[in-house]
Amino acid sequence: MSTSTTLEEPKTGTWDGGNEPLKASYGKLMMWFFLLSDAFTFGAFLIVYGLSRHSHLPYTGTPDDFQFSTEWWPIPEKVFNAFPGFHGVDLPLAFVALMTMILILSSVTMVLAVEAGHRMDKNDVQKWLLWTILFGGTFLGCQAWEWTHFITGTDEGMLLADGSRVFGANMVMNQYGPPLFANLFFFITGFHGFHVTIGWVLLVIAFISTVNGVYHKRGHYEMVEKIGLYWHFVDLVWVFVFTFFYLI
Amino acid sequence: MAAHSDHSNDFHQTGEIPKAQTKVIWKTFFILVALTAVEFLFAFTMDAGTLRNAIFIVLTIFKAFYIVAEFMHLKHETKALIWSIIIPLALIMWLMVALISEGSYYFDSITNYFN
Repeated sequence: MSTSTTLEEPKTGTWDGGNEPLKASYGKLMMWFFLLSDAFTFGAFLIVYGLSRHSHLPYTGTPDDFQFSTEWWPIPEKVFNAFPGFHGVDLPLAFVALMTMILILSSVTMVLAVEAGHRMDKNDVQKWLLWTILFGGTFLGCQAWEWTHFITGTDEGMLLADGSRVFGANMVMNQYGPPLFANLFFFITGFHGFHVTIGWVLLVIAFISTVNGVYHKRGHYEMVEKIGLYWHFVDLVWVFVFTFFYLI
Repeated sequence: MAAHSDHSNDFHQTGEIPKAQTKVIWKTFFILVALTAVEFLFAFTMDAGTLRNAIFIVLTIFKAFYIVAEFMHLKHETKALIWSIIIPLALIMWLMVALISEGSYYFDSITNYFN
């Protein structure tokens, strides 16, 4: 009779199986680890930026006398000083400040949508998702303008040794500095913009599903939460791009 | 009966929707705005240099902390999840710093030994 008591006790520790050690759903965990791998990609871009910048001559004169030259790396606030509707006015970093504010605001409306999802408040989720779509779209529009201006160039352009002038930027030549400067601008802000575009499409899909009541019937708004994680990551990357590309 | 017409497992709202708890969210938002404003203050009042760059990087890390901890909710996850995200990120930061100084060395080598 006592043989039945010698059975092995079931293991009940955190990592013994049968439970969720990280207390997060499969989908959310996979989103976290995807974002981690994406952080490596962006990290690699910023590392290349730092390496390239430090392997070029810095500008050593006073900022007031700064001239564009392929000899040295440009001062960012001399490159990014245009604002739509203020042609020829020197407004250093003003437009990028506006873009940063718009993206931070979109992050806030996103987290408000996630919060509303936890309360199963369909109307609030719709409202905040719509605001996020609006701010995200505005950011993308701003970036399109920024690219157009960067590619078109300024009125003066850059004076070359042979007396000719270069206007704007492409992959081979740009008026702002060494060719690598424009290449990295296109790759880093372009890759970020691509992420924002994907996030924006996901937000539109989530909005349509919310309006149709898909998540409400499911009993939870976890999809909004997962897209939210992605959207905040895009904001996070912008914080770093902003510092390393525009400020330093 | 077709599967799609079975609504017995559907969620049905019972009772009142709780009130929104948004105090922490807006507080985080104002912290992020304030940190960005401080960054611009330094950008316009201070001459470029190592010190200013260090200030920018520290402020950026603060901003990153608030976004990841509050907006992405990582602060409220389990310890194991927090560490599995933070450790790889810390390592990549290390690589970033290492390669920036490597860039300076590479530049020095070219200018001093090949020109």
